[in-house]
Amino acid sequence: MIEDVFRRERSRVLATTIRVVGGDFDLAEELVQEAFVAAMEAWRDALPDEPRAWLLGVTKHKAIDAIRRRVRYRDREAAMALEQQVREELSPSGDIDLPDDRLRLVFTCCHPALAQEAQVALTLRTLCGLTTEEIARAFLVPATTMAQRLVRAKSKIRDAKIPYEVPPKSALPERLEAVMQVVYLVFNEGYAATSGEALVRRELCGEAIRLGRLLVEITGEPETRGLLALMLLHDSRRGTRTSETGELVLLEDQDRSRWDRAAIDEGLVLVEQALRGGAARGGPGVGAYAVQAAIAAVHARAARADETDWPQIAALYAVLLARWPTPVVALNHAAAIAMSEGPAAGLARMDELRDQLIDYHWFHAARADLLRRLGRTRDAAAAYRAALARVGGEAERRFLEQRLAALAIVTA
Amino acid sequence: MQYLLMIYDDEKIWETMGEGDRGKMHQEYGAFTQELKKSGKFVAGDALQPVRTATTVRVRGGKTTTTDGPFAETKEQLGGYYLVECANLDEATAIAAKIPSAKIGSIEVRPIMKYDMP
Repeated sequence: MIEDVFRRERSRVLATTIRVVGGDFDLAEELVQEAFVAAMEAWRDALPDEPRAWLLGVTKHKAIDAIRRRVRYRDREAAMALEQQVREELSPSGDIDLPDDRLRLVFTCCHPALAQEAQVALTLRTLCGLTTEEIARAFLVPATTMAQRLVRAKSKIRDAKIPYEVPPKSALPERLEAVMQVVYLVFNEGYAATSGEALVRRELCGEAIRLGRLLVEITGEPETRGLLALMLLHDSRRGTRTSETGELVLLEDQDRSRWDRAAIDEGLVLVEQALRGGAARGGPGVGAYAVQAAIAAVHARAARADETDWPQIAALYAVLLARWPTPVVALNHAAAIAMSEGPAAGLARMDELRDQLIDYHWFHAARADLLRRLGRTRDAAAAYRAALARVGGEAERRFLEQRLAALAIVTA
Repeated sequence: MQYLLMIYDDEKIWETMGEGDRGKMHQEYGAFTQELKKSGKFVAGDALQPVRTATTVRVRGGKTTTTDGPFAETKEQLGGYYLVECANLDEATAIAAKIPSAKIGSIEVRPIMKYDMP
């Protein structure tokens, strides 16, 4: 219960605190941490009516203490100004939902003067409240490496004075690209949680969608609509992606009547806007998010799995692959070809990707499925085992184990 | 906050540039420097003589060694600098992008370190 409040409020309280203490991430994190420790004690019996106001109030007192502790003879005047700012702006009254602060936080975390891996790490840490260990696991690096990455990023923000601001319109397109990449990575972290028991960490997806809406609102850029559409269309299936016992359910087996119609309707409108807006823009035209959203839209429009327009999906993946040639896009293209032209054609495509995707568990799982459909049971079993050897998430592991077990029943 | 904008470009490009192009670059530099001074953000700025005039000094074990040339041979050389007073990095990088050499070389933006002496 308290944990839920913490998770929900941390980034909001932090975003405002960073601004009020003059862009000092470390100090702000320290203060917010202290406020949360105090809350653990004070909220033992009951939550306050306004947890965010409570947290901001305590953070304010902690901030004033910290500023006084840090005062040196020479910067006394600056410290007094800072204290004044803290008193005025951290007063927990009136409208305390401050979306602008979170936007400032997004753009600062995704500043191009930081390496992209640092941008992602910082966004997940400060905005989404993931622990350093969780982020490290998500990106397959040791926790110490991730901790160093975060420290370096924060010291660059401080020492090079990266501003805690929403960039001016003239700089928006460049800055937005970086933000969109990070937002989508956050969504995926929530949607396909790479660690732990819970397959879907709802609040991360919600967070990413909220950020996506904010980007659409302030920029109106077609590609932000593409990104938001993509996230909404994926998220619309959230409730059907796992069974009641937490098992993974494939797209073709999902109960489509339980897909979130409101999210789909909103997503479909946004896809149209993104595609039309991107095409009208000329130049690079339609962006990668819009094309991916268009693919998700084809799935969303099919009332039954066997009504899916697979040739259309394969064609959209071909567009994606031509402009953004990555092995994972190629794998999806191959899977779409398997659906529209048959498993043998898809398998031939997949086998060309072996060297690049040998460590990716879904590569082996996708191959296994095609081998199974071709009746090559023994090869399919070997491919499922290869996938199992590389899988990280618990639900995905159970899913693969079941598929493997189902094969054994067929052969027995 | 002060930032040093270090101008790195390939001296060969300047050497092989036609008279007209070089004149145009100099004009652009003149206009840029004027504008920067007018904005009140200019602290200092100079062009450097070519890297063939460089001398490197090292002191090791109390012994001074003086050698010809720069510290490291690179494709782009430090050709000049501006020292600017800016509110933050975004301001500094916006100025750096207007330095004429940004089109043919690159500008390294480094904040000046401040020591907190009691």
